[in-house]
Amino acid sequence: MARAVTNRRKAVTTLAAWLIGIAIFFPILWIIVLSFKTEGEAIKAPLEVLGSPWTLESYATVQERSNYLLHFTNSVIISVGSTVLGLIIAIPAAWAMAFVPGRRTKDVLMWMLSTKMLPPVGVLVPIYLIFRDFGLLDTRFGLTVVLTLINLPIIIWMLYTYFREIPGEILEAARMDGASLRNEILYVLTPMAVPGIASTLLLNIILAWNEAFWTLNLTAAKAAPLTAFIASYSSPEGLFYAKLSAASTMAIAPILVMGWFSQKQLVRGLTFGAVK
Amino acid sequence: MGRITLDQVTKSFGEVNVIPPLDLTIEDGEFVVFVGPSGCGKSTLLRLIAGLEDVSSGQIRIDGEDATDKRPADRGLAMVFQSYALYPHMSVRKNIAFPMKMAGVPEDEQKRRIDGAAAALNLTDYLDRRPGQLSGGQRQRVAIGRAIVREPQAFLFDEPLSNLDAALRVGMRLEISELHKRLATTMIYVTHDQVEAMTMADKIVVLRAGYIEQVGTPLELYRTPRNRFVAGFIGSPRMNFIEGETAAAKGAFAVGVRPEHIAASTESGTWQGKVGVAEHLGSDTFLHVHDTGLADVLTVRVDGELPVRHGDRIFLTPEEDKIHRFDAEGHRL
Repeated sequence: MARAVTNRRKAVTTLAAWLIGIAIFFPILWIIVLSFKTEGEAIKAPLEVLGSPWTLESYATVQERSNYLLHFTNSVIISVGSTVLGLIIAIPAAWAMAFVPGRRTKDVLMWMLSTKMLPPVGVLVPIYLIFRDFGLLDTRFGLTVVLTLINLPIIIWMLYTYFREIPGEILEAARMDGASLRNEILYVLTPMAVPGIASTLLLNIILAWNEAFWTLNLTAAKAAPLTAFIASYSSPEGLFYAKLSAASTMAIAPILVMGWFSQKQLVRGLTFGAVK
Repeated sequence: MGRITLDQVTKSFGEVNVIPPLDLTIEDGEFVVFVGPSGCGKSTLLRLIAGLEDVSSGQIRIDGEDATDKRPADRGLAMVFQSYALYPHMSVRKNIAFPMKMAGVPEDEQKRRIDGAAAALNLTDYLDRRPGQLSGGQRQRVAIGRAIVREPQAFLFDEPLSNLDAALRVGMRLEISELHKRLATTMIYVTHDQVEAMTMADKIVVLRAGYIEQVGTPLELYRTPRNRFVAGFIGSPRMNFIEGETAAAKGAFAVGVRPEHIAASTESGTWQGKVGVAEHLGSDTFLHVHDTGLADVLTVRVDGELPVRHGDRIFLTPEEDKIHRFDAEGHRL
């Protein structure tokens, strides 16, 4: 017999879930609130902040001082570009590892993952020097390549896990049915893997969008994405909470909207393989 | 035409030799069953014929033509998998049409063949459903339909019924046999179930550890098994083996008697023992007899009406002309 779920138990669980949800979302909510205040109001105690008048002053200042559209365009190009480039490399790689594994496939997978365990700053100097010598500093192309390489292990791992769930017999059946490798990928594997490819794509766009270490260190002005745009408001001359918050809100808004519309897909991708 | 010849075919996975040099000829139109315990190489052998695995050495000929290095699609064979391996994102109609689409069969011809296969397999009402909306038996019929429309030279079945429940299995067994009678196309069928092998095959190939132990019709294998392995594997319940004095008296290391070739009586007989478990099937009863001094347990098939119970004393008499004799290596004498 299934365990009886009492109404009281349901209420407690619901309340707990809401509290945790609000706790996680609170910092973002607070940034949004602060962005609609003046600098003077923004540094006051929280309750006073909420009571103070709302204004679009900070947004106006940010618009005047920075070229939001340029940074936004850079972020889109770099995050989408690095993800698409990553997928082009990762789909065949994950395909090979999932369906024709060799004796060293497991080791290769672990080795790829191990690169994510290294603190990025450990390779900053060599990469910086390579970028300088090849004239890649402050270029969208250079950043796209770096972010592709940084996220490639995750892309391959996600696709590999996803492909592994597709029974090899179905692909063998396609081969028996006369499908060439191209048709096998086009008509059988891809339609079956679309949810996995889509969630990998979404997650990696978010990761690349939010990546700050490399974007801050390898760009100056031309190729700087929204992360650099935010950072430019935490200046040594003092704290400008309201302007910093306005910049942050503008930077995360696009990805927040995208995440909202694709959350079903994302959750499915992230929990895939956990429950068969 | 679907005559398949294997000539000194071997297969190794790394160091492990799964199929030692093996020769086998499957005649056109034959229903051949590969049977053996799990891990005996029967599925590997089928996959070698299908082209899903590459042979390590040797040659596979289909209709006299060397097919060893041909792609699976170019061998003119169709395969039905244990897991059905249907395309989950396509409707039943598209699943069945897929091989024809790949082969570039014209649309109206595709439709004609799909309708024909669907009618033959009772799938007409399900053509627009997805595989996920079908029962196990229906899915297996779709897989068979997908194989039929290709009009292949031979069908390969890899344990197609093992995912079905017992009642459905018997029904599908019959359907596949009828399909073979109707199409008269070569069929190669892999199973670990000797009942399926006995009931369906024209010719059974018994495999153990990659070696062919015996090839023959079901009754040949039943009547004259070449060794103890085949004798024990074919027939249900298993043959009884008796070693020691009883065997020596007949000039053998071991003798084998099938449960149905031993007469049981509550009054007199050659051997005697005590009834352990009695399995009543209604028409027959399988008695497991202990304390005979011949073997740990002897299985005897008796009439369902014989009134025996656990612990009863029972007398057994083997049919002398149906006793099989084996030497110490297990070969038939």
